[in-house]
Amino acid sequence: MKEKIKARVMDSKKIKRAFNRMATEITEKNRDLNNLVIIGIRTRGVHIAKRISKLIKEYDNVEVPVGILDITLYRDDFSELEDKHIVKKTEINFSIENKDVLLVDDVLFTGRTIRAAMDSLIDLGRPKTIQLLVFIDRGHKELPIRPDYTGKSLPTSRREQVKVKLKEIDKKDEVLITEPGGIG
Amino acid sequence: MSFNKKHLLGIQHLTKPEILTILDTAESLKEISKREVKKVPALRGKTIINLFFEPSTRTRSSFELAAKRLSADISSFSKASSSTVKGETLKDTVLNLEAMQTDALIIRHSASGTPHFLSTFCRSHIINAGDGTHEHPTQALLDAFTIREEKGKLKGLKVIIVGDILHSRVARSNIFLLNKMGAKVVLVGPPALVPPQMARLGAQVDYNMDRAVKDADVIMMLRIQLERQQKNFFPSVREYRSLFSLTPKRFETARKNAIIMHPGPINRDVEISTQLADSLKSVILKQVENGIAIRMAVLYLLLGGKERDVTD
Repeated sequence: MKEKIKARVMDSKKIKRAFNRMATEITEKNRDLNNLVIIGIRTRGVHIAKRISKLIKEYDNVEVPVGILDITLYRDDFSELEDKHIVKKTEINFSIENKDVLLVDDVLFTGRTIRAAMDSLIDLGRPKTIQLLVFIDRGHKELPIRPDYTGKSLPTSRREQVKVKLKEIDKKDEVLITEPGGIG
Repeated sequence: MSFNKKHLLGIQHLTKPEILTILDTAESLKEISKREVKKVPALRGKTIINLFFEPSTRTRSSFELAAKRLSADISSFSKASSSTVKGETLKDTVLNLEAMQTDALIIRHSASGTPHFLSTFCRSHIINAGDGTHEHPTQALLDAFTIREEKGKLKGLKVIIVGDILHSRVARSNIFLLNKMGAKVVLVGPPALVPPQMARLGAQVDYNMDRAVKDADVIMMLRIQLERQQKNFFPSVREYRSLFSLTPKRFETARKNAIIMHPGPINRDVEISTQLADSLKSVILKQVENGIAIRMAVLYLLLGGKERDVTD
């Protein structure tokens, strides 16, 4: 199905500014950056996580490790998916026991992905805290989940889709609101 | 990448992309068995029954653990403890089990074609865990997974399979799979156990072990089924050993990075010397370890996610 671009809500300059602000907020809130680990949810959350880690290194000269989480095996919304989800690797090469874990995803919508991610994390160990960073908070949550750090809050209709495009995968940084097209 | 089959009856009818999907999924799932909590909720609420009409330790416990690590409920039974001893037909046994709302049946049976037979009337997913002398698909998949892990590829490798090819479902599944993935397969053994017609499956036949070993990348030894020896497929175990056993002396002539495989159970110092079986060149226990990941992948791809109209 073709999709129609309704609006371009952020360009690379605004995205960069949002990243800088979030990295500052993280370093302010987490006194002990050495206890912090970042876990990105596949696929775009991983790239956002890596950028945040890089910024913290620039600001405070602390290496914050980044892990990759695939939540396919923890999903509860299979029935809504067209095709079977292919499982990809979870790569977390450090212990999360007693760590401050910063969970990172691109878009917060229903909250079900984050629920699955938290279940998965807790199977891997007992973190001291879990904080949540999402680049776009678009509303329509179905679970009591709120982000600690947000790139932008973007009220949308359910019909609309939010696309966070990142240089690493999509060649350029931008945030789009799209709508399924081809009807009428 | 996708997987739309309802059953896993054999390798013969799988496509190359389907095989790759299974191998790649297994690669992602392997890590779960190394966690402290070796469990994910992917198949929560699914009921699986292991129906083993032939003895097995590896395959049966491997399927059981694979199912449990995906949070499925699995119950196993063997021929001795089933009502078949009271004369119940296979079809009735299976229909009764299905009445208990099973989602998948894993079957091992001495009659070739049993899994296919079940698939003609069962609602559940059928997984072949070895049928007669026909196929043993998950063994071939875990072998391919292990080779790929050790060698980084399958294409272009020379794999020799040595021993009782005639009675081996492992060999048959491996020939199909390795062919599809572009490896070269050479079958080695005495003519009574490696009939020339086997070449039709897509392999070369070589009756000279010394020659076959020389440029092999993978040496897959099969168990000499001593229980079949009353039919005299070869003159004596001693003769077999001198002509076809993998000994340190023979192995010295193989490629430097050649690996040794065996589906188990091994007859030490019959088809393979103890020294080699326990050496660093042997990946026999890695095969067993990878078996869990492969079986998790198969169960997940068949039972996980959305239930929808599937073919096969």
